[in-house]
Amino acid sequence: MSEETANGKGPLGVEGPSPAEAMEQMLEVYPKKTKRKRGKQMLLNDPQTPKEIGANSRTVPGIITQRGCSYAGCKGVVIGPIYDILHITHGPIGCGWYSWLSRRNMTKIRAEGETNYLQYSMSTDMQEEQIVFGGEKKLKEAIREAYEEFKPKAISVYATCPVGLIGDDIHSVCRDMKKELGINIFGFSCEGYKGVSQSAGHHIANNGVFKNMIGLDDTPVEAKYKINILGEYNIGGDAWEIDRILRLCGIHIIGTLSGGVSYDEICNCHMADLNVVMCHRSINYMAEMMETKFGIPWFKVNFIGLEGTKKSLRKIAQYFGEKELIDRVEEVIAAEMAEVRPVVQDVRKRTEGKTAALFVGGSRAHHYQDLFQDMGMKVISAGYEFAHRDDYEGRDVLPHIKVDADTRNIEELEVEQDTERFNLRNTVERKKSLEDSGFDFSDYEGMMRQMAKDTLVIDDISHHEMEKLIELYHPDIIGSGIKDKYVIEKMGVPCKQLHSYDYGGPYAGFKGAINFFKEVDRMTSTKVWKLVRAPWHEDASGEASADAELANASV
Amino acid sequence: MSATAEMTPAQAPRSATQNACKLCAPLGASMVFKGVQGCLPFLHGSQGCATYIRRYMISHFREPVDIASSSFSEDDAIFGGARNFATGVENVINQYQPEIIGVATTCLSETIGENMIGMIREYQERYAGQGAPLVHVSTPSYSGTHSEGFHAAVKALVEQLVPPESVTHRDTTRLNILPGMVSCADLRHLRELVGLYGLSATLLPDYNQTLEGESWDQYHRISPGGTTLEEIREMGANAATLELGHTLALQKESAGAWLENHTGVHCHHAGLPIGIRLSDAFFTALSQATGRTMPDSLRAERGRLVDAYVDAHKYIAGRRVAIVGEPDLVTSLAAFVSEIGLQPVLCATGSKLKGWAEQVAAEIEPGIEKPEIVKGADHAQFSARCRALQPDMLIGSSKVYPLARELDVPLVRVGFPLHDRFGAQRLLTLGYRGTQNLFDLIVNAVLARRQDDSVTGYSYL
Repeated sequence: MSEETANGKGPLGVEGPSPAEAMEQMLEVYPKKTKRKRGKQMLLNDPQTPKEIGANSRTVPGIITQRGCSYAGCKGVVIGPIYDILHITHGPIGCGWYSWLSRRNMTKIRAEGETNYLQYSMSTDMQEEQIVFGGEKKLKEAIREAYEEFKPKAISVYATCPVGLIGDDIHSVCRDMKKELGINIFGFSCEGYKGVSQSAGHHIANNGVFKNMIGLDDTPVEAKYKINILGEYNIGGDAWEIDRILRLCGIHIIGTLSGGVSYDEICNCHMADLNVVMCHRSINYMAEMMETKFGIPWFKVNFIGLEGTKKSLRKIAQYFGEKELIDRVEEVIAAEMAEVRPVVQDVRKRTEGKTAALFVGGSRAHHYQDLFQDMGMKVISAGYEFAHRDDYEGRDVLPHIKVDADTRNIEELEVEQDTERFNLRNTVERKKSLEDSGFDFSDYEGMMRQMAKDTLVIDDISHHEMEKLIELYHPDIIGSGIKDKYVIEKMGVPCKQLHSYDYGGPYAGFKGAINFFKEVDRMTSTKVWKLVRAPWHEDASGEASADAELANASV
Repeated sequence: MSATAEMTPAQAPRSATQNACKLCAPLGASMVFKGVQGCLPFLHGSQGCATYIRRYMISHFREPVDIASSSFSEDDAIFGGARNFATGVENVINQYQPEIIGVATTCLSETIGENMIGMIREYQERYAGQGAPLVHVSTPSYSGTHSEGFHAAVKALVEQLVPPESVTHRDTTRLNILPGMVSCADLRHLRELVGLYGLSATLLPDYNQTLEGESWDQYHRISPGGTTLEEIREMGANAATLELGHTLALQKESAGAWLENHTGVHCHHAGLPIGIRLSDAFFTALSQATGRTMPDSLRAERGRLVDAYVDAHKYIAGRRVAIVGEPDLVTSLAAFVSEIGLQPVLCATGSKLKGWAEQVAAEIEPGIEKPEIVKGADHAQFSARCRALQPDMLIGSSKVYPLARELDVPLVRVGFPLHDRFGAQRLLTLGYRGTQNLFDLIVNAVLARRQDDSVTGYSYL
C-alpha cells in the first residue's frame, strides 16, 4: 500500500480519492434515513476481520436496484431450469412471460422423444374475473389441460403477487390435482412481495424441491465417486464444462441443482456421497437439509477461475481419499493447464495491472474475482445484489445474524434424520475422520476474506453509487448485469454481463477460463472508446467547436 | 435454452396461456414514460416488476432503462404501500431530480386497490406544488396488454398535463403526432416528415434518443431526449393532431380525441403508415393537418417504392404469410402484405380488443382472400394454426423464431421484442421509406430461401 501511495496512486492502487472519501461522496446525496441505511451496506474491506455489512436488508423504495423478486428467484432461477417439469405460472401474464427462456440456463434432453418444457411459458393469464372471484378453478383447468397435452412427469405451480392477496390456495389445488392425475404436482408460494429480493425465492424453492422431489427414487447409482453439484445453473454451459472435467477425473455427477438437470436426477440425488456447493447463497439450505436428513456432507467449491477449479478438484479427490483419484485429478489438471497456460501468458501482457469492479449475484461477485486474479487484474470494488451477511463475512457469522421480519416470513423446514436412509454410505464417519485432520466441511469463508485491504465493498449498489465509482476510479471493466450494462458503457467503461455472459460462455473450468480471458482481453483492449470523441472535439466542455473542426480540416 | 426437442403439436389451451403473444401493461406505460424528457418511470408494486420490465426493454433497445419501484414488502402488500410510495418518490427526486415522474400501477397495487389519486394529492401537498409533476396511469395486467398500457399512458399524459381549455390562438407551425409503439428510427422519420411539410412536431412519446442514444461525455441521471413537459402542456394549442394506430378508433376517447374534445385541436386518425395505401392515407392526413402539399422528395420516394413493387412482384406474389404482433402493427402489416400480393393466411394478436378483427379484415386488399384472424391468441395457438395453414413466411417478434425453425420458413422480424437480431431500435417501417425497408426485407427473405433451397445455388436471381 505504501509503495502504491509512493507512486502517486491511492490505496486502491489506482488514481483517485481514498476509498473512505469515495464512500462519503456516494452517500452525500441521500436523505438522512437513506444515507444511514446505505452507509451500513458499504465498507472498506478488512480481510483479516471482516466487518459487519447490512446485507439482505430491504431495498429502499425509489432506489433503483438491480434486484428482482421472490418469484424470479424461485421460478426463474432455482426450479425453472429443470427441463422436464412442466412449469405453470399462476397469475397475470407478465411474470410468466418475463421468465420465459430469459435466463441462459442451458439444457439438453436426455433421450430421443423427450420434450424440453423450458421452451414453453405456461401461465393462467389471470383476468379481472379471477382477481375478483378467485383463480383456483382456472388453475385447476390449466393443470388438467397441460397434463392432457404433455403428460409430464411433474407439474409445478408458481404464485405471483395477486395470488396470495386474493387468497388462492395453490397448495390445495396441487394436492387435489396430484390425486386426480396421479403425477407429482406441487406449488410454490413465491409471491413477488415476499422477502427483500430474489433470495427469498431461492429459499422457498429449496424448501419445495426438498419436500417434493429429493429422496423419491432410491435406485442405487453405479459409480465409484458420485456427487451432486448444488447451486450451478448452467449459464452458458458452465455445468457442462464442469461435468466434462469431472468425467475426465472419473467423478460422476448425479444431479446439478439446477442446471441442465432432469426431474429424475433430482429425485435420485440423495444417493450421492457428497454435495459440493457452487452458489452458496441460493442453495446452502438444500445442502444443510440433505446433510441432516441423509447424512451427506457438503463443502464449498468454486469452478470459476483456474486456482478455484484446481483447488476444488483436489478437495473432492481428498474427500474420497483414494490415490487413484488423487493422481487422476493431477493428471487432468496438468493436461488442461497445458492448454490454458499459453493463453494466460499472452493475455496477461495486456491485462496485468488493469482494474475491475464486480456487482452481481449472490456468489458471482466473489467467484469471478478468481478469474480476474488469474489475469493479473485488481478488483478494486465488489458487492452482491442479493447475498446475505454470510456470503460477505463467512459462515462463522451465521449465529449472529439477526432474523428480521422479512426472513421470518420464509418458512424454515424442520428436517429430521431419515431413519432408513441416513448415512447409508458411511459418509458421516468419513466426514468425522477428515474433519479431525483439518478438512473443512460446511464451510464458506465469504467474499471479503479474499479481497484486498481497503477495497470498497458495496452491497446492492445503486445506479448513483455506480456512477460515482466510475467517475472517481474509472475501472477498466465492470462485471454486472444487463440492467446496468448500458449505463456503464455509456460512461466509457466496458461491462461484462455475469448473469447472461453477454450470450457467451461457458466461463467455468479450464475451457471456460480461456473463453473468459479472451473475452476480457478483447473488452479491455478495444479501441472503440477512442472514437467517441471526434477529431474536432478539442474543448474541455465537450461541446463541438466549429473553430477546432475548421482547424482540423485545414491541417 | 437450446430447444433440441421438437415442439409437440399444440392444441390451443382453453384456459391457460401457452407462450403468450403479449406482455404486461406496465411495460407499455414505461416505454411511453421513457419518451418524455427528464421523466422517470415509477412502478407502484413489487420491485420484480420494474426489474423484469427493465430487463426486457433493455434486451430490445440495448440502452439504459431505469425504472424505479416502490418495492413492496409483505407488510405493505397487506397494509398498503402509501409509505413506500412517499419514500420512493422522495428518493427518486433526491437522486434523479426528474422533471416528471410517470407512475404506473402493477397487478399488486391494483389488486389491493391502492388509492393512487389520494397518494398523489398527498405528495402534491407535501411539496406544495414545487415537486416534479406526477402523472399516473392504471395498468393492471389482468385487463390489457403492453399495447393497451402504452396507449393508456399516452392518454394519461395529455389528460393530466394539457390544460383542458378551448384554445383560440393556435401555433400553426406545430403538429402533434401520437405515433404509437414504433421504433426509434420510425420516431425520427416521423419528425423528419413533418419537417418536410414545413412544420415542427411534438411527438408523444418520443423515445428515439432516450432509447437509442449516443455515448455520454458525462453521466446523465436520466437519458437525454424526449418530449419536454412544456411541449406536452402546449399540445392543445398546436395546429392539429395526427394519431396513428387503428385501435385508437376503438377507444372510447383516445388521447387525440381527448385533446380535440377539451382543447379543440383537430385530430386526424390514421393507421400506422405501412404500405402504400396506408402511407397515402397518412400523407393525406398530414397534408390536411398542415395545409401543404406533398414535397417532391416524398413523391419520388413513393415512386421508387411502386417501382420496387413492380420489380419484385414475380418473387413474392402468392406467397403465404402469417403475422403476429401488437394489434396496430398487425393491422397495418396485413394491409401492406395484401397490397404487395402476398396472401396473409393468419393474422393474430395477444390482445382481446373488441373490433380489432373487423379492422384487420377491412384492411385486406380486395381480391385477396381474407385470412384467419385470431385475437387473444398465444404462440401455441398461432403455431398450431400455422402447422395447419403452412405459410411460406412468418412475420413477428423474436418469439416466433422457434416456429420458423420448426416449419423451416423465413421469419421477418418486426414488433416487440426483437432480441435475436441487432438493431431493433433502427428498424424503419413507417412511410414510403419504411415500407421500402420492410419490403426489401421480405423480398430478400424469399430470395435467400429460394437460393438456399435451390439445387444449383446460383448467385444470379
